[in-house]
Amino acid sequence: MMASSYNAKEEDGHVAVAGGGTIKNKKPDNTAFKQQRLPAWQPILTAGTVLPAFFVIGLIFIPIGIGLYVTSNNIKEFEIDYTGTDISSPCFNCSQSFSWNSTRPCICVLPFTLEQPFESKVYMYYGLSNFYQNHRRYVKSRDDSQLNGDINSLKNPTKECEPYARNEKVPIAPCGAIANSMFNDTLDLYYIDPNGTRIQIPLTKTGIAWQSDMNVKFRNPGSNTNLTAAFQGTSKPINWHKPVYELDTNPQNNGFINEDFIVWMRTAALPTFRKLYRIIDKKNHMTPTLPRGNYTLEVTYNYPVRSFEGKKRVILSTISWMGGKNPFLGIAYITVGSVCFFLGVVLLIIHHKYGSRNNSADIPN
Amino acid sequence: MRTGCHKADNEVNQYPVMVLEDGCRTCKESQKIKVGDVLEVGEDETFPCDLILLKSSREDETCFVTTASLDGESNHKTHYTVPDMETDILSLGGTIECEQPQPDLYKFVGRLSIYKEHQEHAVRSLGPENLLLKGATLKNTEKICGVAVYTGMETKMALNYQGKSQKRSAVEKSINSFLLVYLCILLSKALVCTALKYVWQSQPGQDEPWYNEKTQKDKDTNLYLKMFTDFLSFMVLFNFIIPVSMYVTVEMQKFLGSFFIAWDKDFFDPEIQEGALVNTSDLNEELGQVEYVFTDKTGTLTQNNMEFIECCIDGFQYKYRDSGGELDGFSAMDVIDGPVNHLQQKAGLVKEELFLRALCLCHTVQVKEWAGQEDGLGGLAGDQVDGGYSGPAEVPPAERQAFIASSPDEVALVMGAMKYGFTFLGMESKNMRVMNRNNDIETYELLHVLNFDPVRRRMSVIVRSGIGETMLFCKGADSSIFPRVRQEEVDRIRLHVERNATEGYRTLCVAYKLLSPEEYSQVDSSLQEARLALHDREEKLLKVYNQVEDGMSLIGATAVEDRLQEEAAETMEALQGAGMKVWVLTGDKMETAKSTCYACRLFQRDTELLELTVRTLEDGGRKREERMHELLLDYHKRAVKDAPPAKAGVTRMWSSANQDYGFIIDGASLSLLLNSSTDTSHYKSLFLQICQNCTSVLCCRMAPLQKAQIVKMVKNSKGCPITLSIGDGANDVSMILEAHVGIGIKGKEGRQAVRNSDYAIPKLKHMKKLLLAHGHLYYVRIAHLVQYFFYKNLCFILPQFLYQFFCGYSQQPLYDAAYLTMYNICFTSMPILAYSLLEQHISMEILLEHPILYRDIAKNGMLRWGLFIYWTLLGVYQGLLFFFGVRLLFSNPALQDNGQVFGNWSYGTIVFTVLVFTVTLKLAMDTRHWTWINHFVIWGSLAFYVFFSFFWGGIIWPFLRAQRLYFVFATMLSSVAVWLVIFLLILVSLLPEVLLLVLRKPRGPYSRQMKQQLPSSGTSTIFMLSQTASTHSFSWSD
Repeated sequence: MMASSYNAKEEDGHVAVAGGGTIKNKKPDNTAFKQQRLPAWQPILTAGTVLPAFFVIGLIFIPIGIGLYVTSNNIKEFEIDYTGTDISSPCFNCSQSFSWNSTRPCICVLPFTLEQPFESKVYMYYGLSNFYQNHRRYVKSRDDSQLNGDINSLKNPTKECEPYARNEKVPIAPCGAIANSMFNDTLDLYYIDPNGTRIQIPLTKTGIAWQSDMNVKFRNPGSNTNLTAAFQGTSKPINWHKPVYELDTNPQNNGFINEDFIVWMRTAALPTFRKLYRIIDKKNHMTPTLPRGNYTLEVTYNYPVRSFEGKKRVILSTISWMGGKNPFLGIAYITVGSVCFFLGVVLLIIHHKYGSRNNSADIPN
Repeated sequence: MRTGCHKADNEVNQYPVMVLEDGCRTCKESQKIKVGDVLEVGEDETFPCDLILLKSSREDETCFVTTASLDGESNHKTHYTVPDMETDILSLGGTIECEQPQPDLYKFVGRLSIYKEHQEHAVRSLGPENLLLKGATLKNTEKICGVAVYTGMETKMALNYQGKSQKRSAVEKSINSFLLVYLCILLSKALVCTALKYVWQSQPGQDEPWYNEKTQKDKDTNLYLKMFTDFLSFMVLFNFIIPVSMYVTVEMQKFLGSFFIAWDKDFFDPEIQEGALVNTSDLNEELGQVEYVFTDKTGTLTQNNMEFIECCIDGFQYKYRDSGGELDGFSAMDVIDGPVNHLQQKAGLVKEELFLRALCLCHTVQVKEWAGQEDGLGGLAGDQVDGGYSGPAEVPPAERQAFIASSPDEVALVMGAMKYGFTFLGMESKNMRVMNRNNDIETYELLHVLNFDPVRRRMSVIVRSGIGETMLFCKGADSSIFPRVRQEEVDRIRLHVERNATEGYRTLCVAYKLLSPEEYSQVDSSLQEARLALHDREEKLLKVYNQVEDGMSLIGATAVEDRLQEEAAETMEALQGAGMKVWVLTGDKMETAKSTCYACRLFQRDTELLELTVRTLEDGGRKREERMHELLLDYHKRAVKDAPPAKAGVTRMWSSANQDYGFIIDGASLSLLLNSSTDTSHYKSLFLQICQNCTSVLCCRMAPLQKAQIVKMVKNSKGCPITLSIGDGANDVSMILEAHVGIGIKGKEGRQAVRNSDYAIPKLKHMKKLLLAHGHLYYVRIAHLVQYFFYKNLCFILPQFLYQFFCGYSQQPLYDAAYLTMYNICFTSMPILAYSLLEQHISMEILLEHPILYRDIAKNGMLRWGLFIYWTLLGVYQGLLFFFGVRLLFSNPALQDNGQVFGNWSYGTIVFTVLVFTVTLKLAMDTRHWTWINHFVIWGSLAFYVFFSFFWGGIIWPFLRAQRLYFVFATMLSSVAVWLVIFLLILVSLLPEVLLLVLRKPRGPYSRQMKQQLPSSGTSTIFMLSQTASTHSFSWSD
């Protein structure tokens, strides 16, 4: 690269200019940069500097780890599988007799018992297994500008939505595989109080989607009030029972800004995932959100998973400052902290035993 | 850049030139010149093509040119018109036959036939003296006319530029093999994924579940075609593992890094007002890998600043007594009567004067015209008239420079003769004018010059004196003169010559011969005939020369001192200390070269010298080849088999217990060795093995081509060591081009070497810093850069590969497209570039102080497979950690305190954040030299990453189809768990590195410098000892 430019210069009959750009008869500048003498900090990692670091890391990480572990352990979590693969399961019939065209919903009821009361706010998740929401074909099968309320995209969904872009030439809104496969089981929770009455537990359906998605990323075409008109000329996704503008009665939770829909549209990272379904708010300070006792879960079974050997489950969980129950962080922190501390001790011993020999090597240059 | 080039092209191509066509002058663009056009060129113009000089405006049928832009020699060279030309160019008709274009600037053979009406056409021979080269400039001549013989790409200048081959450094070769490994990884990754994809899809319900149907087009595609496209998609997905951006960074690093050499003020030489020159930036790191140094002697180890020291006439020694005690320059030479007395006491006056006349006549020195030589010489003459021989002949400085010659020896001899009272006044149309002691001007007609060539190693002139005697004066190396003179004269002088040679002087013998008119006419005709020959002219000339230069009588010998370069010994010692083997390749004779080697401490007093020269070969009285075989075996036994296994060069500094060996070979023996009838490869390998166990090797009496042969032989020997050649003259060009790294010294022998070198430095002493400091640092920088690039791309793409196992092998990227493209371009490129330009893991002073540190990186030490595997494993470890750390965290994706869950893009962004921070901090940990630039770039690119992520996720980008990252980064940072996992993963990824650094410390390369400091007192003792040794064995003053 340099050589060629040099040649070119000479061939032109000009005086060769030194490769560094210094012109002949010119003394190089005596600047710190050009002489590679910029003032520099020259850290040297030695046992002396690293040892305290190991101890400090150990001392910080172990308490954090213990804190995380305890926090995670204090989180109450209850999980119930309602796929219905097993013949003894109440949902077995629903799962077996599933057909896309059935108009009558299949309902199954699962009783369960909470051994411990859930004191604070309870978050209700549905979980799917072996469901590849992160499959490339699936992930890209959406039209974000359509979901953002763009009229043009509403009528002309992107090609990425294929084969869920149009239904008999009529554009589908919302288009794409993700929207089409939206989770549509209805889950209701009943508390069986000790005298046998079924009390429906009120489930909050807002606050389950990201604020940024709710407010900006998802928008209805036109105004929120007259969605039927706004979605005129579009078709509902093939697998849906009702069009998008009938997802909810609340106009602030309808159409594209329906929170259940938004939650579903955020594709999961792994084939086994959970998504927030409802929130059970705490009534008052005195009673736990979910007291100890018997409950039933009433499932309107619409969502087939048997064909791909998937599983469906419902998770009831409280939440801490670090999120849901996950012992990993706590264990990891404790382990790393202990390893660091142990290494610190080992290094200290090495340093002391052979220190005299190494000391001479620690003199900085 | 390109347009600039084009403009420059146009300037050259459309340069207007005067063409004489059909009897009239027309103006043509230079690109339209055809062979055979007659051009007219004015003063200070550059010749547009190679021309045969037909007519000059000067009366003496000559013109002067300077070839400064061709070979850097700024002296004016005389070129002659074709002899006996018609004055009227316009009516001239003729044909020129010449050889095919060849790159040698100094060779040309041709023939001009002139057609005349009613006459037989005349034939003139054409030689290089008639050829004006493209690129040279006309000087001191009003205008010339010439006929174009070679144009365009056939000109000698153009041919010379083509020959330059691209040199590739060892680092690049390592890069290529590493690349191959990564290519294999890439291929196997793609293959594994494709295979697993189809295995996975064969399970029921996985290929096309109801929620994720294929398009009709997908379904219709042929299975094998689908497999192939899947394979290609995986290749595209993982292609980032091949660090394409590394090539850009490496180029940038090399280009920018080479500036530091040119900028170094330590390389600036106030004498020539120049610093170092970098002709190529591709080989910076090779400077840190040199194992063999091939150095020229004259002008490289020695100054090539010749000084006439003494002479020997007819067996008597004449010596200058310099009262000033200073050796440089002639200003101290105020004692002229001394030698004169000697002269009168010892040899006969006739012999003396003959000798001095010979010195004055037998040369090709020019007197510079503009120096006001008339005045200067007049003044000098006046002085001498006044003061006689005892008067202080103060030579004005302008006079000192007035002699110009291609070889400084000649100037020294002419100057020497001047000191004794014979002054060469210059040429006056084939007459040489010499002022003798009595201030009379003697005129000699110069009949022939038998030019110097390295094969004959002598040159002669044939002159006719004022009284009509025809004489031949010849000077040359003793070995080439002694066989051609009467033997009884030889013995008297041989003693002096040999003594002078051992003292490190360059000796020349002077002989003469009187030619009778008959002899001369025969010589004249045979010379003419040989010069006219179109084929094998060289050989024919050589034959004639050898015939003519025979039966001479020896007059005397001269001794010229060539002093050592500044700090030559220290430099050589440092290079040897750094583990390099220094070979001296010289055309000089063995004794002289040997003494230079001793003076440079390449040989010590206790070094056992193994000689393989013509002398030792002829000792046994047997056939040379047998003797050589015997000697080689003997030396091999001594130096290789009996020597302890440790490398001789390495142990030298520490233990004097080991016997050092030095090897001496001369050109004749070498050619015997290389061209031996039997078993060449066996001899060669023996020779190489011996040489590899010797601390230094001296090759004397080398022809330029042999120098290159030696370099080539070593270069291609086992282990492919990196070679470096350093030289200053045109005779070193071949070896400079042959070696891996060629270094030119901006010496006195023109600019040929500088032009062909990769790096040019003003002085030999600059080698030390160039190799030990710059080379070492460049190597460490680029090696680290290469390893780091492979590592950072591996741990970048490994999580993406692992993700395929969790997304149904669907080629789903883990990271957003913006991150994929920006990773190498913006987030991680600047810190490593800054590192690779500024890093000084050991400061320059320490590197210079302890040459032994150079050995730590010898043999491509930082790019060995072991280290490469270490880096790769580090990348794999970190990649696994990033992916599975986050995978475990995502076993419950509800990571926010409001219970909301994260999706796949959050997953990728967390991995990516950990990745960017880890690789940048890994570099920060490796940085030993934190200037403000490093701080700025490292922390700056991390800050930029954070800023960019916020920005990229902060806006609904109208041009994007999918707003994947909208608020992903911000939401991610709102989760405490994510913060905790990021910290944890960064720490755990860097932990083993920290641990290794601490544990490795006592054995690591960086500690060598410390160990080195302890026995430093010991080193200096050895150093002093060797110093005294050299002064003992060689007293220069005596």
